Amino acid sequence: MKEQLKTDFEKIQKVSSFSGKDVETKRFYLNKFIERGFPNRKLENWKFLDLDKIIDKSINELSFYNDYSTTNKIDTSIFIDGLEHNKIIFINGRIEKIDFSYEDKNQIEIFDDFKIDYKFDNNNSLIDLNKAFSNKYFKILIKKGYSIKKPLIIYHVTNEKMKSKNINLRLDFELEQNSSLKLIDFFSDITDTNFMNILYNFDLKKDSILKNYKIDKSFNRNIKYSYNNIDQEKNSISETFIFSASSDYFKNEINCNLRGEHSSAFVNGIFSLKDNKQHEIRTSINHLVENTKSYQLIKSVLGKNSKAVYQGRIYVDSIAQKTDGYQLSKAILLDETSEFNAKPELEIYADDVKCSHGSASGSLNENSIFYLMSRGLNYKESKELLINGFLLDVVEKITDAEIRNLIKNMIGLTE
Amino acid sequence: MDTREKDIENLKDYKYGFTTDIENIRAPKGLNKDIIKFISNIKKEPKWMLDFRLKAFERFKLLKEPDWQKPKYPKIDYQDLYYYSAPKSMKDKPKSLDELDPKLLETYNKLGIPLQEQARLNGIAVDAVFDSVSVATTFKGELTKHGIIFCSMSEAIQKHPDLVKKYLGTVIPTTDHFFATLNSAVFTDGSFVYIPEGVKCPMELSTYFRINASETGQFERTLIIADKGSYVSYLEGCTAPMRDENQLHAANVELIALDDAEIKYSTVQNWYPGDANGKGGIYNFVTKRGLCKGKNSKISWTQVETGSAITWKYPSCILRGDNSIGEFYSIAITNNHQKADTGTKMIHLGKNTKSKIISKGISAGFSDMTYRGLVDINSKAKNSSNYTQCDSLLMGNKCGAHTVPYIKNKNFDSNIAHEATTSKISEEQLHYCQQRGLNPEEAVGLIVNGFCKEVLQQLPMEFAVEAQKLVGISLEGSVG
Repeated sequence: MKEQLKTDFEKIQKVSSFSGKDVETKRFYLNKFIERGFPNRKLENWKFLDLDKIIDKSINELSFYNDYSTTNKIDTSIFIDGLEHNKIIFINGRIEKIDFSYEDKNQIEIFDDFKIDYKFDNNNSLIDLNKAFSNKYFKILIKKGYSIKKPLIIYHVTNEKMKSKNINLRLDFELEQNSSLKLIDFFSDITDTNFMNILYNFDLKKDSILKNYKIDKSFNRNIKYSYNNIDQEKNSISETFIFSASSDYFKNEINCNLRGEHSSAFVNGIFSLKDNKQHEIRTSINHLVENTKSYQLIKSVLGKNSKAVYQGRIYVDSIAQKTDGYQLSKAILLDETSEFNAKPELEIYADDVKCSHGSASGSLNENSIFYLMSRGLNYKESKELLINGFLLDVVEKITDAEIRNLIKNMIGLTE
Repeated sequence: MDTREKDIENLKDYKYGFTTDIENIRAPKGLNKDIIKFISNIKKEPKWMLDFRLKAFERFKLLKEPDWQKPKYPKIDYQDLYYYSAPKSMKDKPKSLDELDPKLLETYNKLGIPLQEQARLNGIAVDAVFDSVSVATTFKGELTKHGIIFCSMSEAIQKHPDLVKKYLGTVIPTTDHFFATLNSAVFTDGSFVYIPEGVKCPMELSTYFRINASETGQFERTLIIADKGSYVSYLEGCTAPMRDENQLHAANVELIALDDAEIKYSTVQNWYPGDANGKGGIYNFVTKRGLCKGKNSKISWTQVETGSAITWKYPSCILRGDNSIGEFYSIAITNNHQKADTGTKMIHLGKNTKSKIISKGISAGFSDMTYRGLVDINSKAKNSSNYTQCDSLLMGNKCGAHTVPYIKNKNFDSNIAHEATTSKISEEQLHYCQQRGLNPEEAVGLIVNGFCKEVLQQLPMEFAVEAQKLVGISLEGSVG
């Protein structure tokens, strides 16, 4: 793979227009990635699902080279009906369109000549990979006091042209004081054996609000990794919702730094898996100052041969008194071959805090099924009703009514 | 001064910090084949035992010291330790307590274990391990009547080789992790217990461990076998003198419960924790593992961890027999610069197995405490359940409390429930107690004892009193 990485990298540099300095930085990250490779189970964060092995098993000769010179045709049939929205269309590794037609153009700025930075220099080799290979990266700035009128939907599309490819995407968002953004990531890929590596960086200034919804609903055989870094200043709020269901493998990482007082972070997630799917959510909520709050709720329904992992971490710095941190993960195992692993972790250095976590996993409650069946439902209906109620709980946490209804309809939950 | 204050006055500094001036026989420093042969030779061990050790040593040479734990420590030079140290008078073992070196007896008196007294009054059979060798076992007569074997490991190797051969290393094999393998290679003594079929051990069995010599590692090995339908309750206490250096204690404890048997293992660990600045103290890197081999068997671990500079251990249960039960009750208290990374592993292999974990962690001063636990329900362990509760209490913002549970459920018939909270002592509770006339320290003592109650209740009576006192004393000076 090492040779492949190097030749693909040089091939890209030949046709691209990066400056000499950029190429140098990219090469630095390439070498860093080559040194460490894909993360494997020896690393604590990858203990339950070994990406190195999964890629090795399901992708034959992963290629890192993409031809970015030709544009891809936009298939409008994938657009979500019944909801007016702004769009970013990302097809086969290329951002084809950025459309903010519902917004005041003076309030949003889009930068595309962004330099590769040395940010998040942590131990994540996938970030290195992203930096080495991401083609072009944009930064979207929402100006002071502006609330985006309609949600922004990012369509992640791959078509049959892509096979055994690595696709990288990097986007930065800055929310200036008192601004807000509703962002939906909609995965609409029909291909298989591609590896997608997405890196978002959110910068939330004072009083700003971010709502990010990730929906992985259409069946595909791709392997996906998404990393959200969220930095929050005073009074800011971030809300993340993840519906993780249809890729072969999907790992969502949320790293949230609560740097300003009274800032809060919410992470809600649903795993709805069957047929050999392996998904993971890993969160790290860092309470770095006083009076911050975080809340996490993850629910899983696991069918045949599926495996879900939740690794949630709450970190409380020694100066972060009056922290309120909560974590709850619940799983229903439907089949003898399904598996749920959890590692809800608390790392606390301050004494005046309220932190708790809970985790429960097991089968559907026989008594509840009996109750419903005695009221005339058959076994299948009873089961579905119970699962519906179990998952609805998480969807109800979505604060935006319009999007809540959209997601409810999309995943077929009824009230 | 009331009695409590006196207690505190006595114990404010580490009460067990004295050393005993006793002539020692030591093996030369270092770790190599010759040392292992020396240990084996001086203990007049049979060849299979030496082979066991050498096999472990071969394996040890391939292993790397683990470094994933939370408390970091300076590198230990394993070649710069004495692996064998014994009081000289023990070279030919005394036949009875009367022949024991009076200085040794005095030491144990200072520790509060007057062996002869205990033998007569308490009805607790005691095996005392001083540095590396077992020095005295009381109450032999009574135990022999029931067919119970309670003796030192060395004696067991000589007198009951069949039992030792059959069970030693079956729960913690010679191919285990770094410290366990080191222990398998160089262990010097420890306790051996065998409870025959259908016997309910009439008294509590107890071992006191003491590290006396300097620059010595203590490696003891305990093996407890409860045959079908038997029951035993075993207590373990530990102390060490105050020294500026860090001393390594890497023991292995193996428990085996056959059909319908029950083992209850209680520890009050009070090794020297180092001084207030974190200098010195014991590194307590112990491997404790119980195997519920038979049907309906039960193993219960109870631990009160107040001592040691670093405590790093996970008393575990492997629930292999159907309907077997594993329990873990723990109080861990760290103060000053102490560090602890402790918890348990419950591995469910048999059907209808149940486990319960109650862990209470209290950290004060500059200390750091981690609960790390694994609950693993195998796909064959139908209808199993686990309940885990781990609570942490923090005092001050210079200390840390962490919870790292690993939960693996591979069985859809099984249920796992896990809860954890972290908080401080509430102002209201403190206020309420003080209003009723308690001073702040007493109030904290009372609240902490209440916090730990669920675990303290699990201890045998004699230990519960000691543990309760220890809980109060360990937190001395951490309030206000």
